Amino acid sequence: MTTPLLQAHGIVKNYGHVQALRGADFAVQAGEVVALIGDNGAGKSTLVKVLAGVTHPDGGEIRFSGRVVSLPSPTAARAMGIETVYQDLALAPDLDPAANLFLGRELVRPGLLGRLGFLDKSAMAERTRTAFAEMGAGVQSDTAPVGSLSGGQRQSIAVGRAAAWASKVVFMDEPTAALGVVQAGKVLELIRRVRDSGVAVVLISHNMPQVFEIADRIEVLRLGRRVARYRPAEVSMEDVVGAMTGAVVQEEVS
Amino acid sequence: MTDTAAERTDAVPTGTASTGGGSGEFLRKWGVLVALILLLVVSATMSDRFLSLPNLLNVLRQIAIVGVLAIGMTFVIITAGIDLSAGSVLAVAAVVTADMVNSNGPLAAVLVAVLVGAGLGLVNGLGVTLGGVQPFIMTLGMLAFARGLAFLYTGGQPIPTTDETFLAIGNGRLFGIPNPALIFLALLVAAYFVLRHTTFGRAVYAVGSNDEAARLSGISVRRVRTTVYVISGATAGIAGLLYASQLGVGTPIAGEAFELDAIAATVVGGTSLFGGQGTVFGTFLGAAILGVLSNILNLTGVNPFVQRLFRGALIVAAVMLQRKDARGR
Repeated sequence: MTTPLLQAHGIVKNYGHVQALRGADFAVQAGEVVALIGDNGAGKSTLVKVLAGVTHPDGGEIRFSGRVVSLPSPTAARAMGIETVYQDLALAPDLDPAANLFLGRELVRPGLLGRLGFLDKSAMAERTRTAFAEMGAGVQSDTAPVGSLSGGQRQSIAVGRAAAWASKVVFMDEPTAALGVVQAGKVLELIRRVRDSGVAVVLISHNMPQVFEIADRIEVLRLGRRVARYRPAEVSMEDVVGAMTGAVVQEEVS
Repeated sequence: MTDTAAERTDAVPTGTASTGGGSGEFLRKWGVLVALILLLVVSATMSDRFLSLPNLLNVLRQIAIVGVLAIGMTFVIITAGIDLSAGSVLAVAAVVTADMVNSNGPLAAVLVAVLVGAGLGLVNGLGVTLGGVQPFIMTLGMLAFARGLAFLYTGGQPIPTTDETFLAIGNGRLFGIPNPALIFLALLVAAYFVLRHTTFGRAVYAVGSNDEAARLSGISVRRVRTTVYVISGATAGIAGLLYASQLGVGTPIAGEAFELDAIAATVVGGTSLFGGQGTVFGTFLGAAILGVLSNILNLTGVNPFVQRLFRGALIVAAVMLQRKDARGR
């Protein structure tokens, strides 16, 4: 196996007396879709937050392209090409899609005005249209506040934003949970497209058929540790669910 | 440059789908302007003197001080905060400025007014961000504290000043327009550009709209929050300077309850107390509506006690008209 693009080893995270992660391992290669699954409270979201620079682990090691890195902030993770679609989408409802796409990294005008922080709104609107068109994410209006759009459209914007910026890894925490069948299909299509461009996609999902449809690999978390790794073609859904619930233990837990 | 007003209008077709009523959407966006125009028309029919240029300029002069406060207030309220201390900070700036004019001249006085205001605003901002105190409580504390500072500074006495340059700031005119009105309008234009066309302005809206999303996007939410209180303090400093200059005296009772008028102007102007929404143009309209209302009631000789009833009813009515049913908030 080649060196994973992003690798976590022995990650520990405690919230007071609650141990969210107790030495969790994780790895993802460039250009693959890994489904990160586990029962509620298994630590999936916490692990994603650690790898996205949002939460700081109490222990363990993160490697990026083989080198040990620290991810002190979401900005640091983004600078490495790591993007995240959070479960609650992390959109500003009062701002339009373009403003959300460029939130925190707005394009500014050239010259002095730019140095004063003046926005280049037309360039951002243009790039937003192109980005969403390329991804086939159907965002109909670029001027309405995101909060006035449907849940599916908001989801498309959040997923599209991450896909547009990610050059290495995209984490998606339940990206299809709020969606109907058609829109969920579109998100899966987008995930494939992102993967085919060489970016690693990490998908958190409770939807087993979906996981089996899209994932190249499956990593199972249970009680804050990785307990199993599978290739969907070589395993049954029952085995995977067994690993999630503790009926099957594949990896030696120390 | 993209015209923001035009953008907003373009958005109407999509917006109506979710609000379920075209007229509701129109009212929400342009209601304040329509209300001001209606008020102007009604006022013009009620008094011959109302539409005269001197009277309208007088209204503009009268709303300038609260209007300047309301500009800073708009920044704070867009972040879902509040600044109850604005009137008290105004008083500190007024007394310190009047004192400085007498000892160091008008230029130093002007600088000190802004710095004193910004400094007290910084204390508010740090209390909210580092101290983790609710904006309402932090600035309520500052409301009392700064008022106390103003009284202590002067020993309870007003500080008169006769420096002509200084008095001209609040009482002079340029091209026939009262200076305070010009300063108010200039600050409005500056605030418009900052809020609508800079990265900082974007961050202000983002923090008020969803501060967690702003944080995850790499925006320093603390810095943005702190800065809006500094801005509000600075505008209170400028308002204090105008106040002292207009009256020729720095008095520790200056600007009592002005923060409430500034909040009223901001909210009537369409800025949401929940944050994320609002414009300084709206705030100007809000201040103008309240100013025109008291002007016409004065011109027509309405009992001052009754005037308060009108004012209170207008504030509530204006905000009810802008209710955002669609947002489910």
